[in-house]
Amino acid sequence: MAPAHVSLREVTRVFPAPGGRDAVHALGPVDLDLRQGEFFAIVGPSGCGKSTLLDLIAGLAAATAGTVSFEGREIRGEVPDGIGVVLQEDACFPWLTVADNIAFGLREAGAPRKEVTRRTGDALALMGLGDFANSYPAQLSGGMRQRVCIARTLVMQPRLVLLDEPFGALDQQTRLLMGDELLRLWRETGATVLLITHALDEAAMLADRIGVMSARPGTLLDIVETRWPRERSSRIVADPSFGEITGRLWTVLREESLKSIGAGERR
Amino acid sequence: MTRQARYRIAVIVGALVLLEVLCRIGTIDRLTMPPPSRIALDLWVMLRSGSMAGAMLKTLTNVAIAFIAAVLSGVALGVFLHGLRAVRETLDPLFATYYAIPVFAFYPLLIILFGLGDTPQIVIGYMLAVVAVIVNTLNGLDRVTPVLLRTARIYRMGPVKTALKVTLPCAAPHLLTGVKLALAYAFIGIVGAEFLMSQTGMGFEISFAYNNFDNAVMYPLIVLIIALATAINMTLTHLEKALLRRRGYQ
Repeated sequence: MAPAHVSLREVTRVFPAPGGRDAVHALGPVDLDLRQGEFFAIVGPSGCGKSTLLDLIAGLAAATAGTVSFEGREIRGEVPDGIGVVLQEDACFPWLTVADNIAFGLREAGAPRKEVTRRTGDALALMGLGDFANSYPAQLSGGMRQRVCIARTLVMQPRLVLLDEPFGALDQQTRLLMGDELLRLWRETGATVLLITHALDEAAMLADRIGVMSARPGTLLDIVETRWPRERSSRIVADPSFGEITGRLWTVLREESLKSIGAGERR
Repeated sequence: MTRQARYRIAVIVGALVLLEVLCRIGTIDRLTMPPPSRIALDLWVMLRSGSMAGAMLKTLTNVAIAFIAAVLSGVALGVFLHGLRAVRETLDPLFATYYAIPVFAFYPLLIILFGLGDTPQIVIGYMLAVVAVIVNTLNGLDRVTPVLLRTARIYRMGPVKTALKVTLPCAAPHLLTGVKLALAYAFIGIVGAEFLMSQTGMGFEISFAYNNFDNAVMYPLIVLIIALATAINMTLTHLEKALLRRRGYQ
C-alpha cells in the first residue's frame, strides 16, 4: 500500500486555561491515515474538536502531543505548501473583485503576471464564475461567495484540500448542488479531500470513508467505508445503501450527540 | 440630483439671498458685514491680484504636513496599539477624553519648545488630528472578522503583510472616517494657531484684516477657507461613498 498522504499519530490538543482553571482537553489521542486522492469526511457532535483537528492538519495550530505529517513531513506551526483550506464563514475579501480575490494567493506567492491571469481565468471558469470576475463579493449570494472561496483555494493547485463545514451557511438544496460540484472538482483535480461536517447526509453522499468522532475530548470511534464509485453525484441520496450508511453513522453518533448536549444519562 | 440635495442647495441660496437683502436695506450695517455679492467680488479681485497666494500656500502646506503626519503616524500607532492589548486598554480612556482638552492652551509651551516659526502651529494641527486617526484605526481593526485573519495565516502572511494587505484594507471605511476628521482638525488647528501665534498664513491675515476693519479682505478670506475645507471634505466623502457602495452598503 502507498504511504499515507496525511498521517496523524497519537495527536492530542489541550487548550491551556487562563487563570488557574482546568485546561480543556479538546482532542485526542487520534490516529488517522488519509490515502492519496481519497475523499474523507469527519462527522461528530458539536464541540467535539472537528475544527481543531482541521487546524492541526492545516498547520494553523500545533498539537500538544503526537505528530501530524503531510507527504512524509511533519507539520509545525505553518500552513505547508500544497494544502488548501476552505473555511465555513465567508472569507472573501470584500474590497477586492472576485477575480482579485481568486488571484490574491498567487500574487502573494509571487507568481508571474501571465500565470496569475491564466490560472485565475481557469479557476473562474471551473467554478462557473466567469460572468462575475469583476463583481464584488457583496453583489453575490452566499453560495456564490463560497464558490469564490473554493476557487481561491483551488487556484493554488493544492494536493490536499481541507474543508471546514464549507456549506454550513447554505440552504439544503444549494448544499446538495455544491456537493455535486465538490465531487466534480475532486475528480478533476485528483486532490485528497478532507471534509469536516456536522451533516451526516453530506458525509454519506460525498465521502469514500467517514470518520466518526466522539464527544469531547474528540477521538475516532469508527471509520465507515461508503464504497461509492468515483463517478457519483447527489443522486445517490436515492440509493438504498445511502440510508444504510446514514443510519450506521447515526447509531454511532446518537449517544455522543446526547453527551455533547449534556443529556447522556437520559438515553 | 436627489430631492434632498435640491432642498439643501435651496436652503443655502435662500440664506445668501436673505443676507444680501438684509445688508442692502441696512439691517446689517456695512461695517459689520458687506453684502454676499460684494464679498464674492472682493474674493475674485483678491484671487486675481494674487495678494493672498503666499498666505494660502503657507496655510495649505502646513495643513498638508500636519494632516499627512497625523494620518501616517496615526494609522501606524493604531496598528501597533491594536496588537498590544494591555497598552491599548490603558490608553483607551485617555483617547476618549482627549478632545475635552483645549489643545490651544498649550500654545505658550509649544512656542517655548519649538520657537516662533511654523513648527508649533503644525504641532497643534497634528496633535488635534492624530488621535482621531488612532481611534478610528483601532475601531476599524476591531471589526476585522477572525476568518480574514485565519485566511491571512493560510496564505502564510506575516504580521506586517497581514496589516498592509488584509486588516487595513478591510478597515478602510473606518480609516477614511479618521482621515476626514484628521483633515478637519488639521485645518482647525493650523488656522486657529495662525490667529494666535503667527505672522503669516490665512488665519493671521484674517485676524490682521479684522484688526484693521478691512472687511474687503477678512470676509473673502473666511469664505475661501470655508470653500477649501468643504471642497476637500466633499472629495473624501465621495471616495468614502464609492468604497462603501462597492462593499454593498448604500
